[in-house]
Amino acid sequence: MISHPIASIIGILIVALSLSAFLIWVERRLLALWQDRYGPNRVGPFGLLQVLADMIKIFTKEDWIPPFADKPVFVIAPAIIMVTVLMSFAVLPVAPGIIVSDLNIGLLFFLGMSSLGVYSIVLAGWASGNKYSLLGGLRAAAQMISYEVFMGLSLMGVVLLAGTFNLTRIVEAQRGLWYVVPQFLGFVLFLIAGVAEARRLPFDLPEAEAELVAGFHSEYSGMKFGMFFVGEYLGITLISSMIAVLFLGGWNGPWLPPLAWFLIKVFAFLCFFILLRASLPRLRFDQLMSLGWKVMFPLALANLLVTGAIVLAKK
Amino acid sequence: MTNPMEIPFFAAGAVAVIATLLAITRTIAVHALLYLIVSLLAVAVVFYTMGAPVVAALEVIIYAGAIVVLFVFVVMMMNLGAQDSETERKWLAWRAWIGPAVLSALLLFEVIYLVVRAPVSATIGSISTPKEIGLALYGPYLLGVELASMLLLGALVGACHVGRISRSGREVQQ
Amino acid sequence: MLSVIRTIWNVFLHSFRRRVTIQYPDEKPYLTPRTRGRIILSRDPDGGERCVACHLCSAVCPVDCIALQATEDENGRRYPEFFRINFSRCIFCGLCEDACPTYAIQLTPDFEMSEHNRQNLVYEKQDLLISGPGKYTGYNFWRVSGVQIEGKDKGEAENEAPPTDVYRLTP
Ligand code: SF4
Ligand code: SF4
Repeated sequence: MISHPIASIIGILIVALSLSAFLIWVERRLLALWQDRYGPNRVGPFGLLQVLADMIKIFTKEDWIPPFADKPVFVIAPAIIMVTVLMSFAVLPVAPGIIVSDLNIGLLFFLGMSSLGVYSIVLAGWASGNKYSLLGGLRAAAQMISYEVFMGLSLMGVVLLAGTFNLTRIVEAQRGLWYVVPQFLGFVLFLIAGVAEARRLPFDLPEAEAELVAGFHSEYSGMKFGMFFVGEYLGITLISSMIAVLFLGGWNGPWLPPLAWFLIKVFAFLCFFILLRASLPRLRFDQLMSLGWKVMFPLALANLLVTGAIVLAKK
Repeated sequence: MTNPMEIPFFAAGAVAVIATLLAITRTIAVHALLYLIVSLLAVAVVFYTMGAPVVAALEVIIYAGAIVVLFVFVVMMMNLGAQDSETERKWLAWRAWIGPAVLSALLLFEVIYLVVRAPVSATIGSISTPKEIGLALYGPYLLGVELASMLLLGALVGACHVGRISRSGREVQQ
Repeated sequence: MLSVIRTIWNVFLHSFRRRVTIQYPDEKPYLTPRTRGRIILSRDPDGGERCVACHLCSAVCPVDCIALQATEDENGRRYPEFFRINFSRCIFCGLCEDACPTYAIQLTPDFEMSEHNRQNLVYEKQDLLISGPGKYTGYNFWRVSGVQIEGKDKGEAENEAPPTDVYRLTP
């Protein structure tokens, strides 16, 4: 097993980046499957080299900064999303020994980084100097703040059960029983919040290509757009990994090696996210807000209270 | 000062000070907020190096991740243009600086005096775990926590009230 | 909430459905003979050009993409001296085929006409003219019309009575 931190950094970086690029292909194939089509199947075997072709295209495209944009912020914004998401991967326990930084407050670190990720979208929307982008940025700010609150709260049940913020120890605490069973409500809440955090359908209001052109990244082109794109897929990968770690016992599982179990769980949730995209329509913004504050938030609080009471009673 | 472990601490502190200064002097509001975020992140690093990782994480989540996002939100809603940054520039005239500068200088001397008398290195190294913080909050500092929660409750009720009035004014059923 | 879950499940069930895509270049779709695609000029069953250069097709064409010039051979048979269709303008409406009195101009099911150079989409007569009669095999305009041409005098066309001798007095 790899245990050197530098090796872990490089390994996780390469795997995360190539996985998220590969995900573009997976998503297009799966969406096609569920819409009774084929999807990209021309470039290479099963269309696998489509990703490579897209990369070459996006790298060689003109990188245009509109004259009405706020240049420094416009350039920084796409970098923020990549940095924050990749930083979150640092605390992710992939398998025993494969982790970049086994922080004591790993979970809080993840929450902090995901809350910083909003800036990328908000600033991109503002710096584009375009009203549709601005609207996308505003929506992103409101949506992220609302959903972050109960995202954090829904995880506190797990923290109560495991008694630690350290992700490795949370995984180890699930040897016997995965937390998806005692924390089913928390699991569902985190799943929904995660979709909203990753700005995926049905919560992709900042983008909402039917209403806002392309929302916050309307003005982006070339590699800057590519960074938003890869950032989004990295975000989904991160959320799926977090679900696997926090609720499905991370690398725990019989027969197969730990790494395989982890990847299987992550991949299952990635497919689920794509299925959500294939099946659900986008919410209206007021529905999104009232769902977040009037349904999810009280449920998360109740979940936390009940879990706390049960943990106390057991002691 | 000679301890190599303290270098990140002083570096982060310097970043925080410089970023805050830049945040004050920017004429474009969003740029100022960007520097404010950097300053908050630097403060979080300071906390981390001083052995308070939980406080550092909370600083990032709450201040940088939520409160400043609200600031940015409001600034974006106001749609400030070139004209506003011109007025900002006028407000940054030297005369306006004198009062705050004198007051901050006083504070600075005080801080320097304290730092010189009792070196900060005393606190570096003692890691405070979430458990300790929780026990401290609900032990000796219970009164503070309750007061803060009362304040928040007041704010919540106020927000509900304001929201209700504006809704009935617009006659939107939801 | 339940309906949302049912929707997700129903969409998932689509993974076991047959795919409706036709893999086009490998697997050609069936196109009926009436499909309106690339235009051709056809010939009589006995090999002569059908087109009589009447200009009806170019007159009816809504985008004016047909150009031709009429001429006559030594026996009085009309034919187009040149016949040009600009396929980069043609909208494949089929009006020219409807207007043609001789079935000369016909639309075929071939639609694969992409070109890198737009100029290559201007088809001349030698590109349009085919060797057969196209969709209407038996028809021969010159055999039913009353015009006199080589090898067919007046009154010799199908269903045509011999011409009246105006100098005779008997009815
Ligand atoms: S198909 Fe229509 S557009 Fe094309 S040549 Fe004939 S009449 Fe013109
Ligand atoms: S193709 Fe038909 S309509 Fe056109 S000029 Fe020839 S005979 Fe007339």
